Amino acid sequence: MEETAADKRINIKGLVCPYTFVKAKLAMESLEVGQVLEILLDSEEASRNIPRSMEDHGQKMLKNEKINDTDWVLVVRKERE
Amino acid sequence: MMDFTEDQLQRYSRHIILPEVGGKGQAKIAGAKVFIVGAGGLGCPVGYYLTAAGVGTIALVDNDVVEMSNLQRQIAHSVNTLGMPKVESAKRTFEALNPDVRVIAMQRRLSKDDILDLIRDYDVVVDGSDNFPTRYLVNDACVMAGKPLVSGAILRFEGQVTTIVPHDGPCYRCLFEEPPPAGLVPSCQEAGVLGVLPGVIGALQATEVLKLILGKGELLKGELLIYSALKTEFRKVKVPRNPSCPLCGEHRTITELVDYNEGYCAMP
Repeated sequence: MEETAADKRINIKGLVCPYTFVKAKLAMESLEVGQVLEILLDSEEASRNIPRSMEDHGQKMLKNEKINDTDWVLVVRKERE
Repeated sequence: MMDFTEDQLQRYSRHIILPEVGGKGQAKIAGAKVFIVGAGGLGCPVGYYLTAAGVGTIALVDNDVVEMSNLQRQIAHSVNTLGMPKVESAKRTFEALNPDVRVIAMQRRLSKDDILDLIRDYDVVVDGSDNFPTRYLVNDACVMAGKPLVSGAILRFEGQVTTIVPHDGPCYRCLFEEPPPAGLVPSCQEAGVLGVLPGVIGALQATEVLKLILGKGELLKGELLIYSALKTEFRKVKVPRNPSCPLCGEHRTITELVDYNEGYCAMP
């Protein structure tokens, strides 16, 4: 796991699929290639699905970590538009 | 970047999560203006799906009123709108589906004197007309104005779709230089149509429109897609540009719009 300062942070706690990914994808679209998004979420399903979808869309997952009993932090770097 | 409301995020979520669409593509759809000729068999599904997709502005042009015999296939109308202008009936249906969409209803016939003005501000034109004079008028106007045109036609169990990108692919006159004589066109009693057929063809036309707006995928440019409902068969026929096309060829003889005489009776 590499540590990278995020260019944007979103909190999508309380959301379920597919809105977790909708919010994450829109946040990624607002970034430039090379910038990094940090996502705070509390859906176990989304913690598995968002990284897979991000990679399907050609983005780079830098981190996927359960930080306490309920929450995960994902860090994604934008590789392409 | 478009700021979506929570309702819009939910409404368009299945678009936004597509890599080919995303928030940016959805914003393009919201900014698009589509001009639909005919609010009948084809215009209803085209307008319905483009409304659902969130196309920002949809103009509908049709001179007819809703009749009982339309309801077997023209899905934007109902028994509650019998006798109402079709464009008004469809506008109510579309606005009930999606209040984001501005529907401009024009109850009129298109003529050579007004069509260029009417389509000027639109990005894409869709032909769902039911007669050859209109079909040729719309084709000629789109070629002259450089507007992409998604053309559809249906009869009995067979339908056709093609996308005309003026001066980049063939136009309708490259396929058929002149309208057929009125006597060769099936009369009303010969020209039945399976009610779901315009749904298939209209959905294909709406797909072409969205690809034009998004700039994604491959268009039916230089190709005529022919669907046979009885055989459940799609055929693609390659159509080259005609260098001697009177409208878009090297030596153009059609330089003004033409209003062909009526006397046709077709029925999409």
